Amino acid sequence: MIKVSVIESDFDAGSEIKNLLALGGGAVTSFIGQVRGDGTLDALELEHYPAMTEKALRKIADKALGKWDLHGITIIHRVGRLRVGEQIVLACTCSDHRQASIEACSYIMDQLKTVAPFWKKEIRQDGSESWVEERQSDLDAAKGWKN
Amino acid sequence: MTKEMPNQINIVYFAWVKERLGRDQEVIEFPELVENIGQLVEHLQNCDPAYRNVFTDLKKLRFALDQDFVGLDAALRDAEELAIFPPVTGG
Repeated sequence: MIKVSVIESDFDAGSEIKNLLALGGGAVTSFIGQVRGDGTLDALELEHYPAMTEKALRKIADKALGKWDLHGITIIHRVGRLRVGEQIVLACTCSDHRQASIEACSYIMDQLKTVAPFWKKEIRQDGSESWVEERQSDLDAAKGWKN
Repeated sequence: MTKEMPNQINIVYFAWVKERLGRDQEVIEFPELVENIGQLVEHLQNCDPAYRNVFTDLKKLRFALDQDFVGLDAALRDAEELAIFPPVTGG
């Protein structure tokens, strides 16, 4: 069962996790990303390429399914203006075993950072704005998975 | 099949590429000789200095053709939509 979703509104991580637990595997892993405050950041503006985003997320989920034995994958990514402390992304996986669900969840997040068409802009408390640049550590992490 | 209309493609822009160009999409006509993305970018740069200013460093740009990531050498063929944007920063 694959669920991918790109939304402006908030999501309920608890109910998403319950949905995957209900699939009956022995292991569910979830990752939640939220907007990290650094003292001067007010919000992130998340832009995406609507025609491509869900297709890219589904491709990531399909690849994870090909690598691990999974009962279910849920990927939810928010777009629009998200203030410090708000949830941005949920990746959740269900498998019979711990290792597979943890690794698949980690893989999905690494891929999300490098092959899904989202862009973050930082909005500072003084009103200034700047686009976030890609990080070499994210590229390295995504490459670390052998295809 | 021969085309009587000039080749054209819809280009969509995102993030700072969109902001610096001041538009989120446009339809571009291009000559027969332009066969891949690299050549199309060069064509645009030659047509209008605005593109030269935004497309200065090609290493900072990424491309998707009909919603699939591709490189500068990807053939345009009958693709309908080219997207030009900075490296992605989601997650």
